[in-house]
Amino acid sequence: MKRTLLTGNGAAAWGARLAAVDYVPAFPITPQTEIIETLADWIDAGEMAGRLVTMESEHSMITAAGGAAATGVRVFSATSSQGLLYAMEMLYTVSGWRAPFVLVNVSRGLSSPITLEPDHNDILAARDSGFLQIHCASCQEVLDSTLMAYRLAEDERVRLPVIVNLDGFYLSFTREPVEIPDADAARQFVGSFDAENIRFRASAPESQAVAVLGGGPYSYFRYETHLAAMNGLAVYDEIADEFNECFGRKHEAVEAYKADDADYLFVMMGSFATKAREAVDRLREEGWVIGLVRPRLLRPLPAARLQQLLAGRKGVAVIDQNISMGMGGVLHSELASVLYGRNDAPPILASFIGGLGGRDISTEEFFEMAQAIRQAVESGQTPPPRLLYTQTELREVRKLQAIAQVERSTLST
Amino acid sequence: MYRIRFHGRGGQGMKTASRILGTAFFLEGYEVQDAPRYGAERRGAPIFAYVRADRAPINERGIIRHPDLVIVADDSLVPVPAAGVLAGITEHTLMLINSAEKEEVWKERLNHSGTILTLPVAAEMIKKAELPYVGAACAGAAACLTGVITEASLEQAIREELAELGAAVVEKNLHNALTAYQSMAPHAGQVEEGSLVSADGYQVPDWIDLPFDDARISAPTIHAAATSVMVKTGLWRTQRPVIDYDRCKGCWWVCSSYCPDGAINVVDAMPVIDYDHCKGCMVCVAQCPSHAIEAIPEKQAQAMEEEASLATGEAT
Repeated sequence: MKRTLLTGNGAAAWGARLAAVDYVPAFPITPQTEIIETLADWIDAGEMAGRLVTMESEHSMITAAGGAAATGVRVFSATSSQGLLYAMEMLYTVSGWRAPFVLVNVSRGLSSPITLEPDHNDILAARDSGFLQIHCASCQEVLDSTLMAYRLAEDERVRLPVIVNLDGFYLSFTREPVEIPDADAARQFVGSFDAENIRFRASAPESQAVAVLGGGPYSYFRYETHLAAMNGLAVYDEIADEFNECFGRKHEAVEAYKADDADYLFVMMGSFATKAREAVDRLREEGWVIGLVRPRLLRPLPAARLQQLLAGRKGVAVIDQNISMGMGGVLHSELASVLYGRNDAPPILASFIGGLGGRDISTEEFFEMAQAIRQAVESGQTPPPRLLYTQTELREVRKLQAIAQVERSTLST
Repeated sequence: MYRIRFHGRGGQGMKTASRILGTAFFLEGYEVQDAPRYGAERRGAPIFAYVRADRAPINERGIIRHPDLVIVADDSLVPVPAAGVLAGITEHTLMLINSAEKEEVWKERLNHSGTILTLPVAAEMIKKAELPYVGAACAGAAACLTGVITEASLEQAIREELAELGAAVVEKNLHNALTAYQSMAPHAGQVEEGSLVSADGYQVPDWIDLPFDDARISAPTIHAAATSVMVKTGLWRTQRPVIDYDRCKGCWWVCSSYCPDGAINVVDAMPVIDYDHCKGCMVCVAQCPSHAIEAIPEKQAQAMEEEASLATGEAT
């Protein structure tokens, strides 16, 4: 075991290396490219076995990943943002094949306008694809989750592809201390891929995805995929326990930070949740009884665990780093659905949207969100969803608009 | 917690500087977070990188709002708004500027009530061979200013971070970093760790309810052609290609065809470089068949221009 400084992208590459992957179909996209560059360097230098092939698009990349996994080899791939969306058709398709592999997504906001910095609309667009989703908050989690994801994907009770998600820039390019497990211990934990009835071979025709006209057979296959995903909850818990035994780090399906006695909770996903952790520590110094709940697993959604963690709280601030146009925060909707009709549900479940396109959420804004839910509890009124934005930010945009206006006049004369 | 920000141009090694400093802190037993921040990567474009270091695990993330130490590798960035050199600077912030100008000049120019130091490598850096080493010098100076990083840890950090570049590059960087480290000795430990953001008496964010704007305004559309011409990417240059017209054969299509930015125009059958937009990539220098294009450090070229204009001024 070696503790060193690694970026999130480096940690993802180490995860693939330690899982002894056989095949990496690849296509570059910022901020993911370093992952495949690192793997390519290792394979080229003979430090890692396996084959890396650059494809002509993410659509082909996911097709190749699913095809290779269907032959029973261990597959890794990585993408981000527009790349994930370009592959969207095949995400749904290969999960239907029940071909298990691991895809790392480095979250980046979607066009338009185009950006490089992170939010979760890319990964949430794949929410219903049949891929399971693990959301990471640190570089260590990226490495550990990649190893765990192979166990989850390949488990016979699941047999589905898994996405490990990390935030662009905030994790992908950020170095933090990471413990790299010994190769032998990692191999032993991940085990070898028992392909069982997966045996797609050249010159031995099989049909990977039959056509089923009529809703009965179609529904059967779709429901079975759903049931497999739901099995992922119990399987994940077993894997997390085993990982903890092997490596001394417990990555629960839902992180609960100083939540035991908390009257108030922040709920959010991804690396920005560590900012919430910081705010919890500072607020507790001032007498607040507040905590953080962070779902690591989004699919399957650990509904029972979330119900249990949120039960009896006075007020909850759900912070979504995504926006569903015409509705609001996706995580807020999911939690509302999980809590509906329960007597012990918190009376205040307030929605905040922030961090889009890498927009920072300052510690002071977390303090202010805590104040907002406390006031809501006192008044009994849930505040309307808040789109985190400041007067200062609007001033900057107004300035840009003014410059655009002037330049337009200049250019048109 | 130490919060440190490096500002420079793409190619000046700011990411490497942050990694050297991050690793040096790590070797001293600190928890560390280091990261570069840039857009579409291009040589010469403003970038910054930052380092957080603390004895306890770090939960803060992202850009540093109020830095304890700001290192500026290229003083021409200070007035560039997009570079954000002055963002969040307070009287608590120590500024270290790589500049041939005096500290007092910068103090007055920036109206900064905190400490400003200059890194005396600016003069050396005018030689183009020295340009790539400015990052290591910045990291070395920063290491000394924190007062908690030994020369030995700095050296080990440089050896680890630059190992892939070969022994000669490592030794050269080591020399520059240690020279900068030693030159900062009178100021060792002058950087003060910033405090954590308290929930007691914090600055309340100026939240607003975003107003609805008509799509004519709120769609991200540019209602004019060729606006990129207005972006003076020539400001990104660290080296300037200069055509020696005595050697130029006037074949013109080689340099102007290879220029990735279309910044070489042909006027009267001779190539003319558009310095407002030339980013200094030096592709033309490499491609010119008659070796008629020379690379001159931008600073030196500007100084020569200034002298020339003064001389003309005196003459008239």
